[in-house]
Amino acid sequence: MSTPLSGPESAQQAPGRGPVRTGSPRTSRTARNHAPITAAGLAAKVILLGLVAGIAIWAAFPLVAAAKWVGLAVLVLTSAALFYLYLGRRHVPAKYLIPGTLFLIAFQVVPVLYTASTAFTNFGDGHRGSKDDAIVAIQSSSVKQVPGSPQYPLSVATKGDPATGALVFLITKPGTDTVSVGDAGGLRPLDPGAATVGPGGKVTAADGYTVLNFGQASARSKDITDLVVPTAGGALRSSGLSRAYEGKAVRAYDAGCDCVKDSDSGKTWTADGEVGAFVAADGERLAQGWKVNVGLSNFTRVLTDERISGPFLGTLIWNFAFAIGSTGGTFILGMLIALALHSPRMRGTNLYRMLLILPYAMPSFAMLLVWRDMFNTDFGLINNLFGLSVDWFGQGWSARAAVILVQLWLGYPYMFLVATGALQAIPRELTEATSVDGASRWQSFRAVTLPLLLVALSPLLISSFAFNFNNFNAIYLTTEGAPFPADNPSNGATDLLITYTYRLAFGGQAAQFGFAAAISLFIFAIVAVVSAISFRRTRQQEEVYA
Amino acid sequence: MRIRTAGVVALFALALAASGCGGDSDEPAAKDTPKAAGGKLVIWADDKRTAALKPFVEKFGQENGVTVEVQAVPNEDLQNNFVTVSSQGGGPDVVIGAHDWIGNLVQNGAIDPVQLSDEQKTAFNETAVKAVTFNGQLYGVPYAQENLALIRNTELAPEAPKTIEDLVATGKQLKAQKKVTETLCLQVGQKGDAYHIYPLYTSAGGYLFGTTANGDYDPKDLGVGKPESIAAFKKIAALGEKGEGVLKRSIADTNSTATFTGKKCAFLVSGPWATADVKKAGIKYDVSAVPGFAGGKAAAPFVGVQSFYVAAKGKNKALAQEFVANYVTKPDLAMALYQADPRPPALTAALDQVKSSDPDLAKFIEAGKNGQVLPAIPAMAAIWDPFGKAEAAVIGGADPTSTVTAAGKTIAGSIK
Repeated sequence: MSTPLSGPESAQQAPGRGPVRTGSPRTSRTARNHAPITAAGLAAKVILLGLVAGIAIWAAFPLVAAAKWVGLAVLVLTSAALFYLYLGRRHVPAKYLIPGTLFLIAFQVVPVLYTASTAFTNFGDGHRGSKDDAIVAIQSSSVKQVPGSPQYPLSVATKGDPATGALVFLITKPGTDTVSVGDAGGLRPLDPGAATVGPGGKVTAADGYTVLNFGQASARSKDITDLVVPTAGGALRSSGLSRAYEGKAVRAYDAGCDCVKDSDSGKTWTADGEVGAFVAADGERLAQGWKVNVGLSNFTRVLTDERISGPFLGTLIWNFAFAIGSTGGTFILGMLIALALHSPRMRGTNLYRMLLILPYAMPSFAMLLVWRDMFNTDFGLINNLFGLSVDWFGQGWSARAAVILVQLWLGYPYMFLVATGALQAIPRELTEATSVDGASRWQSFRAVTLPLLLVALSPLLISSFAFNFNNFNAIYLTTEGAPFPADNPSNGATDLLITYTYRLAFGGQAAQFGFAAAISLFIFAIVAVVSAISFRRTRQQEEVYA
Repeated sequence: MRIRTAGVVALFALALAASGCGGDSDEPAAKDTPKAAGGKLVIWADDKRTAALKPFVEKFGQENGVTVEVQAVPNEDLQNNFVTVSSQGGGPDVVIGAHDWIGNLVQNGAIDPVQLSDEQKTAFNETAVKAVTFNGQLYGVPYAQENLALIRNTELAPEAPKTIEDLVATGKQLKAQKKVTETLCLQVGQKGDAYHIYPLYTSAGGYLFGTTANGDYDPKDLGVGKPESIAAFKKIAALGEKGEGVLKRSIADTNSTATFTGKKCAFLVSGPWATADVKKAGIKYDVSAVPGFAGGKAAAPFVGVQSFYVAAKGKNKALAQEFVANYVTKPDLAMALYQADPRPPALTAALDQVKSSDPDLAKFIEAGKNGQVLPAIPAMAAIWDPFGKAEAAVIGGADPTSTVTAAGKTIAGSIK
């Protein structure tokens, strides 16, 4: 599982310029201006720019509909710049750089910035929308049927056109033929005989009104749900398209005091902009809150909460051990096998290579689950095969050894592959020269092969390290962080920072995206520092050996 | 030359773009024509239920001149995806899911209450209606309910055990006769399983939340960490790896049913979903209530309910209300869903229809008679993980007092 995730593919997007014929002079500016335009080049340009225009127009409609003018401006400017760039003949380097840069911004920079901005909010379950959303949710969920009131058969009707006319409710008093007509002004009885009542009590026709059928009514869904007919005890509302009930909104928002009042209990909850919730005097919060800016509190919580900062150091050390162990172990094993197969005396290398790559070819997701079952104490393959009764995931050290072992099995084929490639690039003359000089095999490996191998593989090792540092699946699909100390269910012996924080942010009461974003910024900082130091050292190494 | 190239490219590009747009605007128009003014209803369900719903909703659509679309979303993503799209102001009109989602869906303003008449309510199993009632409001229309029961291999254990002690004695005897290798298949796993241990926990006197005056669960009265819970976990520890060896962490969700169908244990604690595998393995079985400890309280399994919800941000709420309140309450749909996934229907009329052909259902309902409704309050989400881990630790031999006290503190800490 050491596949580096970042791919250079995005940079390979073909710029819309046609293939340059070999032999044509490319150095002088005038020559380039007169380079012939090939049909394939023109077609590629047309199709790619057409796609750009198509995507831009497709994206513009929702932006206009949502009145997102900044987004629209960015869209227009980007598309215009792309057209300017690829229709002209100048700015050749930019033509190659722009596609990669755009993808970098869209898939790397924007998500990171979004994460960073989320870290300063309380975004999460119960705090997802705006304050207005919360108020609507509180009011509409507090509508209760007036106790003892019946439910009325309902027909939706209009005096005008079924698609646009103002709607009224035609309701029948249960058990009778008495029909009333209701609109926002209230309820009025209809003359007896003016309406035809069907078997279920529903009005099927009424003088002067067009009764809407289901299809027509459901097209007016919003108007129907919004229609509230005031009555003495509350208001008539629709429950679907064929029943109405007398309901009363128990809780209502009062803009004057910026609070929610409960008319039954008389309790009030005042809006608290700091926490994004309505809070009563006794500290009780209404469940429906809204998203607010909470400043640095997510960050201070990471640093000051004992539950988080307490086990942090231990987890960090194990996290490093896991990443180094996984990367180093797979590298050493993969390299040793590559060296063995590289030997000219080795027979049947192709068969070996094929077999060795098998673990790499299988989906790691499934393999992790299979390994988890193999480590089962009573039913697992490993204990049964060796006649052991080790509680693998029940003890700290055996669980750690087990996850590293699994990583080794999953990851070494990748290292074997890249090491094989790198070995073939090292000229045999070099090692032959050392043996002429009288160096032992070990000395020649130590002094020549390994350094040259490391020059080629260091960037891969660093990316593999960064990947394993955050290797969520490797832990979550095997031990899930177990074993946990009996007195602390939130941090286990095999927990990585990422699984630990996942549990903190999403395992508790609800998803806390703001908090999770703050923690991921911390992890980002750690990985970035480690990578920066490693790359710096690699560069120094390259200067020595290059 | 240069200008001409640019012109050609721009012209083609515009043509391409225009044709792309044309395609976009044609599509909805074509869809709209057959059902002129009719509205559209979008339902989200998991894969199994999507298949069962399709014929039914097509009929509903044709009868009423509306378009109904059922979209399959994997069960594990359903709630989260729904909450996410709902907070963006979009999403389906109707959602199908477990009743313990209600707390979270309500706090995110994702669902609306449903108003049922009293006659409609009485057509349902009382527990099912209680399960979908939250803060005194009915938030969903239930269609199926489920709870744990004891499934036993009648060839190995002909008599249903009255108590856990009976069960352990029978299991030990079978083990001594080398007929089985495990006493009881009750899934625990490395991080425990609060849902499956709950009957034993309640029988030993433990509770999760107290109840308020009106019968709702009260998140302020947390039972984990209280002396009763410690006493309960002591009884569980006695059955654990360092005790009787009846409860084991090596038995997990992945192998519990398989061990039972492999005849390695005579007793399985599981729900209606396990019977399909048991039948397939050709095992003669019977279903009875999960037994409690001798002299203890009755073992109370959690009762879960599957339910239809009306989305608060749906485009067609009136139609959604109509569908959920007036169509889901009819037995036909409950029957169709039962055929797709045999869980006991929540509608009494539907249950009566299938009872005779599927005797297990009545037995599961009987086993759930003492059951407690799975709490739907958001605080319940804070229970699962710490409670399960405490269970796993205690079964593995950790000290019950300190373990449960710590779990109680963790849970209390994450309840707002």
